[in-house]
Amino acid sequence: MKTIRLFPTIITVLAGLYFLVPLIATFKFSLEMKRGELSFAAYQSVFQSDTFVQVIGFSVVASLVAIVLGALLVVPTAYWVRLKLPKVRPFIEFVSILPLVIPSVVLVFGYARIYGTGSFLPLTMTETGLNVLLVIGYVVLSLPYMYRAVDNGMAAIDIATLTEAAESLGASRLRTILAVVFPNVRSAIVSGAFLTFSISLGEFVITSLLNRPAFGPYMVQIGQDYAYQPAALAVMAFAVTWVFMALMEFFGSRRPGQRIFPRLRVSRFRRVGS
Amino acid sequence: MSFLALAAISKSFGPNQVVKDFNLSVGKGEFVSFLGPSGCGKTTVLRMVAGFETPSAGTIRIDGQDVTRLPANKRRIGMVFQAYALFPNMSVSQNVAFGLKVAGADRATISRRVGEMLELIKLDHLGERFPYQLSGGQQQRVALARALAPKPNLLLLDEPLSALDAQIRVSLRDDIRAIQRELGITTIFVTHDQEEALSISDRVVVMHQGRADQLGTPAEIYNRPATRFVANFVGKLNTFEARIADADEGQLNFAGKDFTAPTPLRGLRSGDPITVALRPEALALHRRHDDEASLQGKVLDFNFLGSVIRAKVEVDGRPICLDMFNQSGFTMPPVGTATELYFSRSDLLVLPE
Repeated sequence: MKTIRLFPTIITVLAGLYFLVPLIATFKFSLEMKRGELSFAAYQSVFQSDTFVQVIGFSVVASLVAIVLGALLVVPTAYWVRLKLPKVRPFIEFVSILPLVIPSVVLVFGYARIYGTGSFLPLTMTETGLNVLLVIGYVVLSLPYMYRAVDNGMAAIDIATLTEAAESLGASRLRTILAVVFPNVRSAIVSGAFLTFSISLGEFVITSLLNRPAFGPYMVQIGQDYAYQPAALAVMAFAVTWVFMALMEFFGSRRPGQRIFPRLRVSRFRRVGS
Repeated sequence: MSFLALAAISKSFGPNQVVKDFNLSVGKGEFVSFLGPSGCGKTTVLRMVAGFETPSAGTIRIDGQDVTRLPANKRRIGMVFQAYALFPNMSVSQNVAFGLKVAGADRATISRRVGEMLELIKLDHLGERFPYQLSGGQQQRVALARALAPKPNLLLLDEPLSALDAQIRVSLRDDIRAIQRELGITTIFVTHDQEEALSISDRVVVMHQGRADQLGTPAEIYNRPATRFVANFVGKLNTFEARIADADEGQLNFAGKDFTAPTPLRGLRSGDPITVALRPEALALHRRHDDEASLQGKVLDFNFLGSVIRAKVEVDGRPICLDMFNQSGFTMPPVGTATELYFSRSDLLVLPE
């Protein structure tokens, strides 16, 4: 006899409603800009705004730079720790989760003190300097996710033995990293990259305190001045996040060497005599 | 002149000395196995030869060249790992081609050599597959082909059969030996499985606590163990506490009888305690052609092992084993029967203290 598990079902339905009702309400509200009809006028209004295009462009570029910087920092670190310094791993893991413990506002005030007026490196005094600090802030915020994704990717393929195998075949350390390590943790890096992108795109505290023209503060500003456009922006932000989650799942579940789309392959190595 | 020479190699990890004064000389084309229990230092020695560990002391020479401090990627050594270690992002062909690409071989050479190697391991139809699409045995064959493709000076095999099931293990073991003979490549094979080591090698190094206890042919290792550890580790052994009755005449006494030792008892005096041993197959329930000695016993039990029947017999108050071929017409004496156990004096092993 099939047992109906009542309590878990109720909890699941309630959790689903808690999540979906505000989202559906926001979406419906975002369509009601024109009195008496449902339309995408609020979305149209958002896209027609020059400021929106500027801030979204700025945020995308800053996020992409943060991804590259994060990958360049995390991949060699995780690789070296797994290969040569396994005893240091708990410490590195602890450092990587610090951004979850230390509030962003503390980080920004730390920046202001160290890189402010009179500092040996007065980054807060120039626009470029502030942009650099913003990107570094994004890298720090995404560190827990990027490090974990890459480290798990390396754990899954026994990176130490693969490195030794490559070296026994004559490969230099650089070649080993480029030909063996990177391709085999690519899915993990991509997962970390999408998380970094999602975090950076909607980040508010650091961006606002550094006074950067990015998407997070723009959304807050719009929310104070308009009614329907913020709802449209919130729905779009949700949609973008979901798309990235889906891409992460897609890349994360792929086997190394598996192609995105199957294609006909012609053997490059033919049998002797054939 | 030896092709691979390890001279006074030692290796310490912190206060722990895992390899102590290890010496070995391997001729060109020779197949040598390192045999020993876990933690005896056999893999550490292999990793030092491969260049993954640096000796704390001593030198390693390959073909006359001192490679002690040479990085692993400059040694021209092929290595096969217990965990296969195939590159998951590359197909079988790309894995085999990797070493050749690194060496800068042209496309035609790579293609020809990959074809040769896949044919050698009888997997030429699976070149386009990825490692996760292969069985463990197939993956290890590919790992062997990958190691051999760049024509290395030396082939190192680090417990390559340990992760495979019994049937595949035996067939791949035979294949490895056949390929090694065909190519004439100098090979070091690490294993903790004595049957593997004895069946495949020209010579075996039995390692114990970081040292080479004995180096010899499989027959020497089995028939004339140099130390008590080798005697106990390789094969099954029945040991007896004996006493020297007459050192000059080579007379021993154990299990209530006098026996003549097979070799002179040098450095021992009459009355000294000594341990002697007999392999289970050296004993028989019926007198054979060369048997000139015997022990009194009582049958305790029989185990049917297929081609062999193992009997447990009580001698001098202790159970000992004897192995007999499962021949037609053989009838087992009933349990509890008093019996005579026959052996040849030359099979008696006098174990050093």
